[in-house]
Amino acid sequence: MELIPGNDIKVLAATTIYFPLITAFILLFFGKRLEAGRLGKRVKGWTGWLATFAIARSFAGAVVLFFELISRPEHERAIAVKVFDWIKVGGFDVSFDLLVDPLSVVMLLVVTGVGTLIHIYSTGYMHDDERYSRFFAYMNLFVASMLVLVLANNVLLLYVGWEGVGLCSYLLIGFWFEKPAAANAAKKAFIVNRIGDFAFLLGIFLLSSTVGSLAMGQINAQAGAMGAATATTISLLLFAGATGKSAQIPLYVWLPDAMEGPTPVSALIHAATMVTAGVYMVARLSPVFEAGDALVVVGWIGALTALWGAFMAATEYDIKRVLAYSTMSQLGYMFLAHGVHAYSAGIFHLVTHAFFKALMFLGAGAVMHALAGETDMRKMGGLRKVMPITGWTFMAGWLAICGVIPFAGFFSKDAILASAWHEHQYALWSIGVLTAALTAFYMSRLYLRVFEGKLKVPEGVHAHDAPWTMAAALVPLAVLAVVGGVINLPGTLTLEHFLEPVVGASHVPEGITPWILAGAALAVAAVGILLARALYMTRSSNVRRRELYQRTRPLVDAARNKFYVDEFYGRVIVMPGKRLAQFAATVVDAKIIDGFLTGIGRATAGFSEGFRRVQTGYVRSYALVFLFGAVAILSILVLRVS
Amino acid sequence: MNSVGPGYYLLLSALMFTVGVIGALVRRNAIVIFMFIELMLNAVNLAFVTFARMHGEVVGQVIVFFVLVVAAAEVVVGLAIILVIFRQRASANVDDVNLLKW
Amino acid sequence: MTWEQLIFGVVFVVALGSSMAMLFMRNAVHVALYLVAAQMALALAFLLQGAFFIAAVQIIVYAGAIMVLFLFVIMLLGVDKQEALIEPLPAQRPLAIGLGVLLAAEIIYVAGKGLELVTGAGANSAALNEINQNPGNVKALARLLFSSYLLPFEATSILLVVAIVGVMVLARRMSASDLVRASKNDETLEAA
Repeated sequence: MELIPGNDIKVLAATTIYFPLITAFILLFFGKRLEAGRLGKRVKGWTGWLATFAIARSFAGAVVLFFELISRPEHERAIAVKVFDWIKVGGFDVSFDLLVDPLSVVMLLVVTGVGTLIHIYSTGYMHDDERYSRFFAYMNLFVASMLVLVLANNVLLLYVGWEGVGLCSYLLIGFWFEKPAAANAAKKAFIVNRIGDFAFLLGIFLLSSTVGSLAMGQINAQAGAMGAATATTISLLLFAGATGKSAQIPLYVWLPDAMEGPTPVSALIHAATMVTAGVYMVARLSPVFEAGDALVVVGWIGALTALWGAFMAATEYDIKRVLAYSTMSQLGYMFLAHGVHAYSAGIFHLVTHAFFKALMFLGAGAVMHALAGETDMRKMGGLRKVMPITGWTFMAGWLAICGVIPFAGFFSKDAILASAWHEHQYALWSIGVLTAALTAFYMSRLYLRVFEGKLKVPEGVHAHDAPWTMAAALVPLAVLAVVGGVINLPGTLTLEHFLEPVVGASHVPEGITPWILAGAALAVAAVGILLARALYMTRSSNVRRRELYQRTRPLVDAARNKFYVDEFYGRVIVMPGKRLAQFAATVVDAKIIDGFLTGIGRATAGFSEGFRRVQTGYVRSYALVFLFGAVAILSILVLRVS
Repeated sequence: MNSVGPGYYLLLSALMFTVGVIGALVRRNAIVIFMFIELMLNAVNLAFVTFARMHGEVVGQVIVFFVLVVAAAEVVVGLAIILVIFRQRASANVDDVNLLKW
Repeated sequence: MTWEQLIFGVVFVVALGSSMAMLFMRNAVHVALYLVAAQMALALAFLLQGAFFIAAVQIIVYAGAIMVLFLFVIMLLGVDKQEALIEPLPAQRPLAIGLGVLLAAEIIYVAGKGLELVTGAGANSAALNEINQNPGNVKALARLLFSSYLLPFEATSILLVVAIVGVMVLARRMSASDLVRASKNDETLEAA
């Protein structure tokens, strides 16, 4: 049964992109004028609501598309629509065509759903910003680009969205560009992403020349035939792009710095959606990854990033940076899932993570809002008493990420670990479990320090709970963080079945094993939480903390300094680059190129100095030359005629 | 009927033109140079009239008419320039007017 | 030998002879007189080729008006001035003569290629004679001038007016008060 005819699906899919896109451009060009206009005077910040409406409209479209899909039989749940021709050169044909299938609809729902909530939150959070409407213009542009990315039915269009979200990320990290730190962070994010994108582009070229087409369907259909070596190369190049966008080792360094942007940006772009683009891309092109051996790399990079990020998160004091490292770590989980062929588990974790991480970022934003921009968690404490909504919702997020049953994070993380076990990747499984313990520890550390214990706020600050717009975003996200797991409850596996036509079925151990694994995961989570409680919440915790610090000092110090990776990159990559630029500027440019040009000038001057002697001033000499020219031309004519 | 072939007229025209060229290059009195230029123009006129006879129409003669008018204008202006130069330097020698050089 | 060939022989000798003579006359007046002789001979050549109107104009405008103008200027600048024999530009004379001869050779070669130089072939005198009979040389010229060549004709009239005005400006002797005014103009220009 089809609910809506084919053409309407095309319109529906295209308008989910058009609405935010058009709103973005309206706000970009007329935002300030609209805000200063008649309506703007009466309803302050109505441009933000306009932007929110655009995203909500896209969300509604996504919901309709979702119901359309589930109303169809399973094998018909992939609707490709061609919106318009784009590039048509000879046999090379790339059009603006969109693919509505279970995977893209799930992403669509996450992006627009979380996006809508974050937009609502932003109307409160950015209320007093002088570039209020421009913020929403960027946010809408971001959502439009992200929708292009997830809906694209060919790799080139996906790349358009990929670069679009990168651009918006840059613009929004540097939104407060008056702050040098923000401007630098934006540049860093952009440049690091460029490195990944370059590899990604190479991967696209290789795909194009191997398959001869950029359409998703054709690529995935011919993936098996392209040869293992080629498939591995392509996959590694594409994955290099994913490491940039999704903040994996070795290109993760931009994500912590990206926290200089406004908090809603961190929530939407650097937690819920953009950074998951790499995860989505790997799932989308999973047949290519399956055809080669690249998945081993994907899994290990994911696992190592998960552990690495968790280590740094455990020692960080900046509340947003903890969340950033945590994001990195959770993204590592998703790639770990892909690495063990459990794509639906990866996407499942992507969805639940979008819920609880966006929730926690928004909660952190509410805390900062209440504490006049303070981000150092050593200066906070017991905030749940003064800001109950934020506190309770944050607690939901905390329990979800720790993997406490029955919160959303438990199910998704358990699915990943179970898949790893099933694939006999015990090393990856162990890293995952260790990371789970660390995750529980550092998140508890964050939550307990900030929200529990004695009330502690920076001096001169009157803490207050979030305004209703912020709460309106926090509460639904908290509910989702609590119950989000139902979309893929063990036994029903709804999401997995839904995604099966796209990414294939995933396998989990049979019998008693999954229960044991789940128990193990729960146990390590409990260990992490209890450890944090022991170190931060009991009377003797200060002493214990000092003792622990004494014992693990090198590790903690190193983690606190981000394992010196920034310094390492600075020495190994940035410095030689600067040297090269210096060399090019002072030697190549100043000496060789300028020298060449000066030489031409000198030569011309010297030649003129000699040649001007021809100018004798005698008119009869000129006439003689004139005659010579005439005779010469006539001679040539005579010689050619005869 | 004219029994003399046009080739002879053209030969005369070419020789007179050459004499005009040589004279304009070797003489130094500005007025004399001008007269040699007139000689060249006359030689060309002869060629045009001959061409008119060769083609059996009068268009060539019309061209001569225009050459005459242009020559007249040119002589008038040229002589005026010579006059002005003479007032400045009391000489009609073109070699004396050589300030405009490197 | 027809009388036309005879006349052409005379024309040839006189025209070429007097133009050669122009080269060697040191006095400008003599040069002018030989030029008149050459132009007269050319007028005869025009007549021989059926260009009656042009022949008349050649005598009236060239040999008459223009040459009188030349003589007038020569008188104005002083008759007694003779050109010095020393050539200050050393290579000028041999180069000019060499290139000139080469030029003549080439012109003759080109002209000789198109039509046989020695035989009388190539001429279309009959057609021209017919035009000269009916409607007549002057009428035929006038028809062309005022129909196909009207625009160039008007352009030459503008050229003549411009030449007249230009010459008046050039040859005007400035009075003392004019000079003062001109220098003042220059100063204001410089100031601006």
